[in-house]
Amino acid sequence: MLRAVRDYFKSLLLIELFQGLAVTGRYMFLRKFTVQYPEERAPISPRFRGLHALRRYPNGEERCIACKLCEATCPALAITIEAEPREDGTRRTTRYDIDLFKCIFCGFCEESCPVDSIVETGVYEYHFDERDGGIMTKERLLAIGDQYEEDIARARAADAAYR
Amino acid sequence: MGFFIGLWDTVPPDLQITIWTLIKIMVIVLPLMLSVAYYTYAERKIIGYMQVRIGPNRVGPRGWLQPFADLIKMMFKELIVPSSANKVLFLMAPMIGLAPSLAAWAVFPFSADLVLANINAGLLYILTLSSLGVYGVIIAGWASNSKYAFLGAIRSAAQIVAYEIAMGFALVGVLVAAGSLNLGDIVKAQDGSLLHWFWLPLLPLMAVYFISGVAETNRAPFDVAEGESEIVAGFHVEYSGMGFALFFLAEYANMILISALSALMFFGGWLSPFQGTFLEATFAWVPGFIWLVLKTFVFMFAFLWFRATFPRYRYDQIMRLGWKVFIPITIAWILVVGLAVVYKLPWWFD
Repeated sequence: MLRAVRDYFKSLLLIELFQGLAVTGRYMFLRKFTVQYPEERAPISPRFRGLHALRRYPNGEERCIACKLCEATCPALAITIEAEPREDGTRRTTRYDIDLFKCIFCGFCEESCPVDSIVETGVYEYHFDERDGGIMTKERLLAIGDQYEEDIARARAADAAYR
Repeated sequence: MGFFIGLWDTVPPDLQITIWTLIKIMVIVLPLMLSVAYYTYAERKIIGYMQVRIGPNRVGPRGWLQPFADLIKMMFKELIVPSSANKVLFLMAPMIGLAPSLAAWAVFPFSADLVLANINAGLLYILTLSSLGVYGVIIAGWASNSKYAFLGAIRSAAQIVAYEIAMGFALVGVLVAAGSLNLGDIVKAQDGSLLHWFWLPLLPLMAVYFISGVAETNRAPFDVAEGESEIVAGFHVEYSGMGFALFFLAEYANMILISALSALMFFGGWLSPFQGTFLEATFAWVPGFIWLVLKTFVFMFAFLWFRATFPRYRYDQIMRLGWKVFIPITIAWILVVGLAVVYKLPWWFD
């Protein structure tokens, strides 16, 4: 009975609503978290899984040996590989496509790769302006690898101790 | 200059009055439109701050040109009229929504003698126009011939019926306390000091009036007519471009009106808050208009604060609050005020 009366006045005097207003009123003066994106960027982890790349050895030889582990492990079936022996008898890919529209950026390809060939870089700003732009071919993947090799190597080195 | 005065004298006197009135209307409406523009900016900024982010800051210095960017975008958008809509009503509805919220300012006293139309039934006029505004919502919802718009209109109609009564009764309390329907006289009746203002003797009515005002303008937490998470955008789903912009304008003009009326009827309008204290002479140079604007800003801020804080009321809760809480409170308090006036309660009504 007493409790009902107390609750009645509590709701009549809008006590809890004023408490709510106090919370938002307090938050208005907090420091803002907004990152002013094009000028400021949030830091990214060395494990960040962004755009894919195929790496080369320092002597310019491509790393990929067409073992197709990445193709086998890819949960989204985004990777398509075709391979043949090259003139020097080594096994190389003739086709290495990643369909970025299928890719879920899980990073399994990167983890499965025995020679650290396929990697995911920290690049997260990219766009496609053609219909098939989402299909990354071997040439484009290698070009990305060449372009960002320094960043890729640095990220691998930073994370090496935990692998 | 002499030429222009000569030219003015050739204008027939009737026309002179009309021209003067039109100029006065412009002087009221243009700053009002500008306030609406910057009220939207303030809303986005303040709610942003309450959500620990910074809000629009890209267009112009600190985002000050954002309202104009929005306006220009709206103006160049296509106005789509649904093929099954009632075209005449569909196009009229936004205007019906906006007109009352602008027309209500005609009787609004900005200071002791600064009022466009000093009519005796000012309060009645305000009450009428604030109820008319909802016809814009109802007609828009009906004319759209769309399910969600219709749902929004039905909700709005029921809600307005509930809150109009509470709001009217709250104003009856003010009327009894001031003994006049003239808005200027209502403010003059609050003369004395901060404690003479009607907020103190009419505290429950003030709360009811302002909360009903929030409901009347379809603002959070009473925005079931719009209810973007339930019925898309409610009554204005089918509106685009300037049709939508007019509804937007009407909503914000209404919010400013309700805020200004609360300041006028419960917080002494243009009266200085330092009246009757030792600070009165220090602040005597501040024009009454500034006090009115500052008081209005407080209420306008409260509208945004509510929106940032409260989740939307459920529909039956809105009805319960309106019919079973607000109306009994106002009726009871009108009785209290009536007794206080009849027995000349010292301090306020002696």
